[in-house]
Amino acid sequence: MRRDRTPQTLVLILAAILAAAPFAPQWTVFLLTVAIAKGLVVLGLMILLRCGLVSFGQALYYCIGAYAAGMLGRLFQVSDVFTLMLAGMAVAAVAGFVLGFLLARYRSIFFGLLSLAISMILYGLLIKSETLGSSDGFNILPSTLLGVRPPDNWVRYLVLAAAAVLAFVAALLVHRYLKTPLGRLAPAIKDNEIRVEYMGASARNAIHVKYVIAAALAGLGGGLAATTVGHIDPDMAYWTTSGEFIFITILAGTGSVIAPFLGALVFGVIQSIAFDVSPNTWQMVLGSSLLVVILFLPSGLWSLFTRRKAS
Amino acid sequence: MEQLIAVVIDGIIYSAWLFVAAVGLTLIYGVMKIVNVAHGSFYALGAYAAASITGVLLAHGMPPYWSYATLLGSAVLVTVIVAPLIERGILRFMYDKDEVVILLITYALFLIFEDVIKLIWGVNPYFVAEPYGLLGSFDIGDLTYPYYNLILVGVAIISGTGLYWMLNHTRTGKLLVAVIHDTEVSRAMGINVDRFYVATFAFGSLLAAIGGAYTAPTISVVPGLGVDVIVLSFAVVVIGGLGSLPGAALGAVIVGLVRSAAIHYLPQAELFVIYLVMAMVLAFRPRGLFSLAEARKI
Repeated sequence: MRRDRTPQTLVLILAAILAAAPFAPQWTVFLLTVAIAKGLVVLGLMILLRCGLVSFGQALYYCIGAYAAGMLGRLFQVSDVFTLMLAGMAVAAVAGFVLGFLLARYRSIFFGLLSLAISMILYGLLIKSETLGSSDGFNILPSTLLGVRPPDNWVRYLVLAAAAVLAFVAALLVHRYLKTPLGRLAPAIKDNEIRVEYMGASARNAIHVKYVIAAALAGLGGGLAATTVGHIDPDMAYWTTSGEFIFITILAGTGSVIAPFLGALVFGVIQSIAFDVSPNTWQMVLGSSLLVVILFLPSGLWSLFTRRKAS
Repeated sequence: MEQLIAVVIDGIIYSAWLFVAAVGLTLIYGVMKIVNVAHGSFYALGAYAAASITGVLLAHGMPPYWSYATLLGSAVLVTVIVAPLIERGILRFMYDKDEVVILLITYALFLIFEDVIKLIWGVNPYFVAEPYGLLGSFDIGDLTYPYYNLILVGVAIISGTGLYWMLNHTRTGKLLVAVIHDTEVSRAMGINVDRFYVATFAFGSLLAAIGGAYTAPTISVVPGLGVDVIVLSFAVVVIGGLGSLPGAALGAVIVGLVRSAAIHYLPQAELFVIYLVMAMVLAFRPRGLFSLAEARKI
């Protein structure tokens, strides 16, 4: 069996980002930070997809994380990047824990539809709540790091660095988790749930745990997106946002914890280039790439790497 | 009292619209087990085709009353071209895949359609208001309603009862029920299943296109029209039960009345009540209000 080099690869990627980003143009730093935010959400979706569940409402936790971060700034003037991200994660995890009792009972298309309905409830609430800016949303305080407001030309880099460190920790922990007995249960649940129950494991509990992890990761990503973009609005909970996350999950594949971040980056690059070259056909480009991936790379972009290594 | 009447009338009109937009989704799911995200695209295609074709014809001196026929004609035209292309060209290769994977494929199709529409019709809004104003309006108490709204109610009733009659009382309908139950045995018995799939997909999409076509005169037709319709249609068919025809009718009436009541009494709740009902139904009867335990669908 090939040695698992994922932790080393993650360290290399983190080091590369931290070393190269100060010299990169501002827009690439922004692109990378947004990719990390989306990658975190997709990392959670990947955990769910490994046991065959596709959530069409993961934008719910993304949005909860973002609004939790936003409210923290509004009510208590908090603007520290770490605090905002971790607060988003905590609130989303609690919400995921509560809703998990309901959703862990659902499978296949019904799991997707119920999560869709719940995320649309949040959208419906936010779009009509004037104190939260209804459909316009509101702006987030400029980011600070550990209580210090960095000089303007360093803000983006420092937010990226903070995000990269947190994402590194998250990816490493998820990588560990996937190797635990509970983590290894996922493909078994996908294959045959009844056998899992016969072996003495509870599929529902396993799914509940995975659901909370996925919610927490989405909240982390939402908090990061809020402080990076500097603005939040109800569209973060709309079904098209969930669709985007699903898109990246399928694009990336479930082969490794690195895949979601790679997928999010590829998505961001495709989107930016397509939007730049022909603003009226970028969705067509995205849709076609999704079709191509589903048809010719059913295990996602990551399978390109593993296939080459195997041969 | 007057407000209650207004709630009921608005609710009925809205329900009719919802039913026409959503019933095709339940038909396609019932027969082919496809949760079709691209359904909203057909709604948008219908609206664009109707607005542009009828607009051009009116500008060339067509008698205004003919526009009701050209609205329908444009919906039929666009569906006859596009739906078989999608089903034969793409979807038929996917039937052995998982339901969720097929859903993702239709999501990809939806993204592609969004831009195809922009490429064909541009990004500027289309208006075709003549058919809306032509019929005048009637009063109930102090409230004024355009007669045009009744057309959509009529379309909903005709398509609903027509589908029901077709499924239960015609030879084609009975063959279709056989296909729903067991495609393999139907095929062995000599039923051309492929033809039924094309026809179902085309007819289901046609209903969405008709919904769009007859809504076009009441709105400005702009890009992104189908996005809301998809998720509303999902709510409607899920409440009634995916694949159930009476379910879609019930779902449309529930969502229509709930929303119109919310608009009149509690405007802040307008959107979220719909999805609250959807979530409640899924929580307590995941297969919808009209489902028997794994009984036949449609």
